[in-house]
Amino acid sequence: METNLWRLLLSVQPSRGLVDEKFSVRVQNAPPAHPLTMHALLHSEDGDTWEAFGHYVTDSGGDVNVSEDPSLGGTYDGVEPMGLLWSLRPAPGSRPGLRFRKRDAQTPMQVRLSVYQGHQSEGFMDRAVLASVMVERWYMAPGVRRVNITEGGVTGTLFLPPGPGPFPGLMDLWGGGGGLVEYRPALLASHGFASLALDYLKQADVKNEYFEDAYRVLQQHPQVCKNRIGLVGLSFGSSVALKMSVYSNVIQPRCIVCVSGSHIQHVGGTLADIFADIAKNQKKTRYNEENQVIWRDLLLPVPTDLSKKVDVSQEQCPLLLVVGEDDQNWPVPESADDMREMMEGAGNSHLLTVLSYPRAGHLIEPPYSPHCRESDRKTKPAIFIALWGGEVAPHSRAQEDAWRKTLDFLRENLYCSAD
Amino acid sequence: VTVTPILSVLPTRGLVDEKFKVALENLPPRFPVTLHSLHQSEDKDYWEAFGYYVSDDRGRVTVSQDASLGGTYTGAEPMGLLWSMRPVPGSRTGLRLRKMDVQSPMVVLISAYKGHVFEGFREQPPMASAVTERWYMAPGVQRIDIRERGVKGTIFIPQGPGPFPGVLDMWGGGGGLVEYRSALLASHGFVSMALDYLSFETFKTHNECLSYFEKVFSIIQQHPQVIKDRVGICGLSLGATVTLTMAAYCKSISPRCCVCISGSHVFPSGVSFAEVFQFKEMDMGKARLDEQKRVIWRDMILPIPTDPQRKVAMGRIKCPLLLVNGDDDQNWATVESAEDMAKMMRAAGNDHLLTTLTYHDAGHLIEPPYTPHFRASNFIVQHSKQKVVMLWGGQTKPHADAQEDSWEKILAFLRQHLYPCPSSSLPQAKL
Repeated sequence: METNLWRLLLSVQPSRGLVDEKFSVRVQNAPPAHPLTMHALLHSEDGDTWEAFGHYVTDSGGDVNVSEDPSLGGTYDGVEPMGLLWSLRPAPGSRPGLRFRKRDAQTPMQVRLSVYQGHQSEGFMDRAVLASVMVERWYMAPGVRRVNITEGGVTGTLFLPPGPGPFPGLMDLWGGGGGLVEYRPALLASHGFASLALDYLKQADVKNEYFEDAYRVLQQHPQVCKNRIGLVGLSFGSSVALKMSVYSNVIQPRCIVCVSGSHIQHVGGTLADIFADIAKNQKKTRYNEENQVIWRDLLLPVPTDLSKKVDVSQEQCPLLLVVGEDDQNWPVPESADDMREMMEGAGNSHLLTVLSYPRAGHLIEPPYSPHCRESDRKTKPAIFIALWGGEVAPHSRAQEDAWRKTLDFLRENLYCSAD
Repeated sequence: VTVTPILSVLPTRGLVDEKFKVALENLPPRFPVTLHSLHQSEDKDYWEAFGYYVSDDRGRVTVSQDASLGGTYTGAEPMGLLWSMRPVPGSRTGLRLRKMDVQSPMVVLISAYKGHVFEGFREQPPMASAVTERWYMAPGVQRIDIRERGVKGTIFIPQGPGPFPGVLDMWGGGGGLVEYRSALLASHGFVSMALDYLSFETFKTHNECLSYFEKVFSIIQQHPQVIKDRVGICGLSLGATVTLTMAAYCKSISPRCCVCISGSHVFPSGVSFAEVFQFKEMDMGKARLDEQKRVIWRDMILPIPTDPQRKVAMGRIKCPLLLVNGDDDQNWATVESAEDMAKMMRAAGNDHLLTTLTYHDAGHLIEPPYTPHFRASNFIVQHSKQKVVMLWGGQTKPHADAQEDSWEKILAFLRQHLYPCPSSSLPQAKL
């Protein structure tokens, strides 16, 4: 019968967006006051399946607008324009300890958005969808160029924005998991910064000069403004950034962003020495009731001895610290407090900005990607599940807010500030 | 001054009919800049557009809000950098920009130059650049070649489980297989078939024609992804005449609705459907040349004949019909035709089905929005293979506005009549 026959229209704009771009998801042409489930599905490069969903009811016109209407339940609730992305989690039955990370930064994440009849919470793969579209989420804007760097013994990838340049530069230092993580520098290049992803944990005995060599490679690149270079670090990379900026004569950044970092480290030695120090405190490792590893105590208490922490009172450039207050991996809030105290004592705290987020965890990454509360860490001799901390919604809000403020900070210091 | 402005274009990758936001920041205050767009076509010609701006007190230019003070467009025109594009100086003449490979995007380079520049963009470096992609196909839309039963076309299928409403898409008398509008319709949820109907010169009889188009319509209607009683027809120019003929005379075709862009119900020559395709019979005597020797065909069907055998019997149309015309159409007398169609339908009592949109100072080639306007371009006359410069008509800005407004209304019309809606059991005739 005609009156029972209807076809939904599902539209997402933009259908091809940058990872940090908001999208608008709309359903039209359904009956009024009709229950529907919006669902997102993502296959990772490792073959795992991630999903998110929200329960909606159409308005009197038979429409749902995810940017304006509240989700009544699911993996997120309330009015959450991007909830279908940031609340993605491993599908039931997945291996434990998964973390979503895109290894190939040159291809998009492909998310399938679908609409289901009624309010569903499981068994999505066995149900018929009412409508479905594929949405692409890119780390690289069109025109961004990816260049392999192998000169001077440095291994990394440089991402250059489109245009004649020269551009401000960034050295992007990822965390202790190692490897060459490209997606954040690719995204930073999409925002106008020549960004170098540095592979620095191939050997445990990497020398401090390696970072200086990398900095020089960036400085000397014809498309980089040599006196407009910043450092962006995550976790262990933040520790490196803090140490290098204070103690190296070569590395003189114009500004530094430290996400989930700590200044607590053996100042005199190499990275290997720092790892050895941490290992000495192994007995301070704690476990939660699910046997997930909490490493935050290994660096505590904050030392008073200046040979055991970076003397940030000597910092000469603006410093932005991003802190998740529920960080279970590193004592980031305590470190930030101590850094503030040191800088206030020395009279350079006007350089310091601290963004502190309640109920956010350690892995504060670009926005609208899945939150990871715990994941496996392949540290010898066994595979642990490390607890990173944070709760989904507050952590995702932190990622969105921190990323925006990080971009503003970088623009302010690298593009706008006078020579 | 070594300051580098920050240029952003969002979305970075959009559909052809999506608006974008172009913004410049970090300029000195009240600084003159030129925003420039550059595109290299598939034929390797370069197209460009530009607008002159002055930054505000905070050193910003926001193209969607600020007025361009000159260039290829003026005023507050968010999409001016696309629709006002024209071939760069020194290009070959009579060019028309059309994307033939719809599986790749149009790539546009947007740049900011110091000062108000009107030429020599390639010889000086810009202050900043950004690249944006414009796509006819949304991700996941499928493209399938159709070569069956003597029919040559391409079908585009939207994402999702289906089935979907269908649209048969008929281009104009220039011939060939023009896919981009169909691809875009599929990106909006319609199974759409682009048809190359002019390769067939063997239509000898009225019945041969009818049976060919019945076959074409059945290919899309019988497709497993198509809702059988929700198939419409969209035609441009000659394709519009074919659309009206099919809707009026093909017994086994019942389109749910029809869209006719820049078309007429008058047969270009003679009195039968077959003769629609036999251009040799066209009375070229009434073709004119303007002062630049560009060909004007609009008089060829004027005055609109009173003899009912020379035009489609509009009283036989049984479905909602949307006409889209430009009143500066120099190629076909579409406005006069629309008036006559309304008269015929009033007399027959089916004029409640008719909606006519007439755009002032728009020309013949009313296409999806934000693509450039061509007042005239090179054209090969099908039957004689003669190369002429055809005058299409229209002024750039009104034509661009017509493309934007009409596309929105065409999509709304197709959705209203083809997407089964739960809130009413009968389709509505008027927009």
